[in-house]
Amino acid sequence: MGIYSCIGKNLEEVQRSLYDGKSGIGVDPMRKEYGYRSPLTGIVDRPLLKGMLDRRLRVGLAEEGEYAYMATLEALRTAGIDTDYLEKNEVGIFYGNDSSAKAVIEAHSIAQAKKDTTLIGSGAIFQSMNSTITMNLSTIFKLRGVNMTISAACASGSHAIGLGYLFIRQGLQDVVLCGGAQETNYYSMGSFDALSAFSMRVDEPAKASRPFDVGRDGLIPSGGGASLILEDYEHALKRNATIYAEVIGYGFSSNGVHISQPSDEGCSVAMARALTDAGVAASDIDYVNAHATSTPQGDMAEAVALNRVFGASRPLISSTKSMTGHECWMAGASEIIYSTLMMQNSFVAPNINFENPDEYSRKLNIADKTVEKNIDLFLSNSFGFGGTNSALVVKKYKA
Amino acid sequence: MTRAQIEATVKKFLVEEIEVEEKNIVPEALLKDDLGIDSLDFVDIVVIVERNFGFKIKPEEMAGVRTLSQFYDYIESKVGDK
Repeated sequence: MGIYSCIGKNLEEVQRSLYDGKSGIGVDPMRKEYGYRSPLTGIVDRPLLKGMLDRRLRVGLAEEGEYAYMATLEALRTAGIDTDYLEKNEVGIFYGNDSSAKAVIEAHSIAQAKKDTTLIGSGAIFQSMNSTITMNLSTIFKLRGVNMTISAACASGSHAIGLGYLFIRQGLQDVVLCGGAQETNYYSMGSFDALSAFSMRVDEPAKASRPFDVGRDGLIPSGGGASLILEDYEHALKRNATIYAEVIGYGFSSNGVHISQPSDEGCSVAMARALTDAGVAASDIDYVNAHATSTPQGDMAEAVALNRVFGASRPLISSTKSMTGHECWMAGASEIIYSTLMMQNSFVAPNINFENPDEYSRKLNIADKTVEKNIDLFLSNSFGFGGTNSALVVKKYKA
Repeated sequence: MTRAQIEATVKKFLVEEIEVEEKNIVPEALLKDDLGIDSLDFVDIVVIVERNFGFKIKPEEMAGVRTLSQFYDYIESKVGDK
């Protein structure tokens, strides 16, 4: 696993932030100038790749690709996969991404000013496409297996892992690099801000993301990169690899209703399908990492769905977006990493800012502070625009 | 612009922006084989030349340009002191 986010630039930093309930949210002055309603965002530092990657491999990387690269370096290192392994074995890639706004806008600005597309330069096309991450990472790391980007709005990263899991289960691949990444530049979220979906609690950035709290007033966009190495179990054993956890269930659904309104039914179907696929009961789940982004409607629908599926067993629930903000295309992958870190270290990270429940979240067992707890099984939800839903069930690895 | 200024400008952007190794930058160096400049790098060089010298490279005029010295000659023919 590898992570590069607003709450830490590696697994160790992120684990500490999760335990401490540390927020990564701040104010981006450029957003105010650009005309955003809300300037709140996860604050992610750009990595300096000069000296790490040669120019040709760097110029095609957009911001989110840089984050994905950093996360992938850590993921490969912790999985014990080196250059020699990549040269001798076929590794695939499924990565979640659903925009690359900055490169598109900058290329357009040059063309408009110069009236000449040949002055755009060579990097823009490779940075502009939705598949920018998979095309760059597969080139950098010389991957020769399945290679494609999953664009499924805010469930992209989760579906990418689900598809990697299915490809391995089908025996089509031994190893697949899965993940999700999200740009945080001010170009990328203007049209989302246009929907008045972002929190206006500008004076208190660390308190702005408050999933399930009655005082929530919108999400905070965020980003970074999250990479996981999914591997066939026997293959991992043979390689003597460090195994963090096992993906044992994937559930999906589409609401088929509204482009932006959530549906508690669609969420429930995805969760139930993931549990069935995993062959476990709802009561077996020790922890649920909720999708809850801190919007009034979305959290309400998920609370209804969680109560429907988990109402009898009432596992501990938290939304790590309370700390990270909404990592959008990356969230489904990063939240598997966050939850796996909790599982490995026997704690449930808090749903910070959960001070007063509403009538729906009152019924749930939400961790408002860090809880020391053994986790053997968790479920992680991801939902996106257009009604795309994904749920993953992950099990602690016991040798 | 003098020949020396042209050479200094080209050398600077080759090292800093195209990341060519400075020791390889000699007049007889072949752009492709010695400096490793590929077709994508050349797309960026068009942009950099426009920014530094104020003219747009025409691919047909570059057809015979193989060495760095010939590249200096080409730029000089466009912006050199007459």
